[in-house]
Amino acid sequence: MEDRTILEVKDLAISFQTFEGVVKAVRGVDFTLKKGETLAIVGESGSGKSVSTKAINRLLPKKNTMIESGEILFEGTDLLKLSEKEMQKVRGNDIAMIFQDPMTSLNPTMQVGKQIAEPIVKHKGVSKEEAKKQALDLMDLVGIKNPTENYKSYPHQFSGGMRQRVMIAIALACEPKILIADEPTTALDVTIQAQILGLMNKLKKELDTSIIFITHDLGVVAQMADRVAVMYAGQIVEHGTADEIFYNPMHPYTWGLLASMPTLDVGQTELYTIPGSPPNLLHPPVGDAFAPRNEFALEIDFHEEPDMFKVSDTHYAKTWLLHPSAPAVEPPEEVRRRKAKFESLYLGKGEINEMGGEALGSRS
Amino acid sequence: MRWEGKPLVAEAEKKAIVEISELKQYFNAGKKNEVRAVKDVSFSIYEGETFGLVGESGSGKSTTGRALIKLGDITGGQISYKGQDINDIKRRKDLLTFRKSMQMIFQDPYASLNPRLTVKEIIGGALKVHGMTQNSKERTKRVYELLESVGLNRQFANRYPSEFSGGQCQRVGIARALAVEPDFIICDEAISALDVSIQAQVVNLLKELKEQNNLTYLFIAHDLSMVKYISDRIGVMNSGRVLEVCEADELYIAPLHPYTESLLSAIPTPDPEAERKRVRTEYDPKYHHYDDHSNVGLHEIAPEHFIYCHKDEIALYKKKREKLLRQAKQQYA
Repeated sequence: MEDRTILEVKDLAISFQTFEGVVKAVRGVDFTLKKGETLAIVGESGSGKSVSTKAINRLLPKKNTMIESGEILFEGTDLLKLSEKEMQKVRGNDIAMIFQDPMTSLNPTMQVGKQIAEPIVKHKGVSKEEAKKQALDLMDLVGIKNPTENYKSYPHQFSGGMRQRVMIAIALACEPKILIADEPTTALDVTIQAQILGLMNKLKKELDTSIIFITHDLGVVAQMADRVAVMYAGQIVEHGTADEIFYNPMHPYTWGLLASMPTLDVGQTELYTIPGSPPNLLHPPVGDAFAPRNEFALEIDFHEEPDMFKVSDTHYAKTWLLHPSAPAVEPPEEVRRRKAKFESLYLGKGEINEMGGEALGSRS
Repeated sequence: MRWEGKPLVAEAEKKAIVEISELKQYFNAGKKNEVRAVKDVSFSIYEGETFGLVGESGSGKSTTGRALIKLGDITGGQISYKGQDINDIKRRKDLLTFRKSMQMIFQDPYASLNPRLTVKEIIGGALKVHGMTQNSKERTKRVYELLESVGLNRQFANRYPSEFSGGQCQRVGIARALAVEPDFIICDEAISALDVSIQAQVVNLLKELKEQNNLTYLFIAHDLSMVKYISDRIGVMNSGRVLEVCEADELYIAPLHPYTESLLSAIPTPDPEAERKRVRTEYDPKYHHYDDHSNVGLHEIAPEHFIYCHKDEIALYKKKREKLLRQAKQQYA
């Protein structure tokens, strides 16, 4: 099979120098991204998901950031070794980013049309007139009505959803190979969120862009992702295809996340909760970082960090529960329900498979 | 707006603690930049229940909550709390009693706590204003009790808000609201700013505290999926109007108003298979042809189920409800 890997992050570790000491925000992260796929990175605030992706675009403050180890290979080049000038040719051109808050990430004193045209002039080296033409096309593409009139508008004249469309237009301006979306819809209403997510999926298909989608909302992940990586305390604790993570989760943290998500089914009244809060990464815990919050924690979890265990060719989880000599545990009810669905999806015995037909493999 | 048929307080044992009728709240009224945030809102909240109020940003749900707790004067309509018109509460002494009985938990846990005060001063302040404790020793003891009741360590009393995580700050906000032993609490997007796993913790805590202290909640949120777990009844708002009011479970089984349907269909569920098959509906207000607004209002479709519609549409909604309930029966059988 043709190698479609476009980005490879190897053993990335990042620390920040703060007044209180060194915060180990990212502690050895590996992942790959293939052409045309959406990788969702899930985790709570402070799990290191934003930091890992900002490192890809080298957007972390130089003053107090220490890249302890690792490589970020984009089409074979290590981005961490590029000079700032070389990096500027990549940033916004090959790898573009959409941020969470569309108000603070747009320039309030610049017309939105000009903000969309700016990267086109900068990276494509076309004339201003040509750039304006392309910007108008982009505004049309992302669903901004009356592009010619709105070209001269300022961000404050737009609603949150419209501003996020502007952000997407800027990010797409140079037809990037990778689009990093950092919680792009968290600040938006659900109906607007549905529109923006639909738009991103449509553009991904049309332009064959790879997307790294960062979010803490598992509902959004289910709608967007081909593959999912779950982060906790600066590490990826489980990764696999969307179906593997949602229907056959192995890590207790993933269990907790899935079980604490509210569903729209009637009758359920009590919500499962993960006790406690994430660890302080000023002093990363010994052993499995999730152990103190984990009701399934084993003795060894408090002494030794678990290895990445292989579940399938595409599915890995970092928990001692997968060790051959670990005791069998009973996951929460919600997870057992999901595992039953996984069997019906993948073992071809059950109504869902007959109805769905496209059970195996990721969505195209 | 009229209530068609029987009043909302249907059963004798359900006593309304809050009654809002035809509430209007305009900002810059009469000026060129007039904003009609709340155009026409009527609903009641029964004693001991949790009433969820949902809608998108700009729908007027927070404005309704703020009007209810007397943060600003209302433009029109009437709000009564425990049988008293809140517009008549003017004297400082009466206001104190009113505010002691009704408290609010805000959305942003950091912005709603004074960064220069310790947790002890924040919670103790409320106790002091209402004269609920005689001396500082008693006050400290009460603060410790409150902190423990919301699941925080008593050592936290001497810390500042900036030393806490969002979830912990929200717990401090809850402890502060509980300090004056209120009967009624307005939670204005109290969990929206928190992580998913922490949201579940806070929702469960709020439910527990409600049982312990016999509270009534108005739970304002934009997220229909969390609201379900805490609400007994839910009202759906859009552009300053309540469009649908019914019991919580019924809203998810038989959403009648097209706007409610679009809201429910927009929520992503953590289930890739379901997401692949998902059909989303969009709401277009032009769908209604209300040329003449004389017969348009909240109409009762079934007991405790109200829809904002034209009189002629009632039969249609009744049919729709029966069909949806039949489908649900099969699904949950």
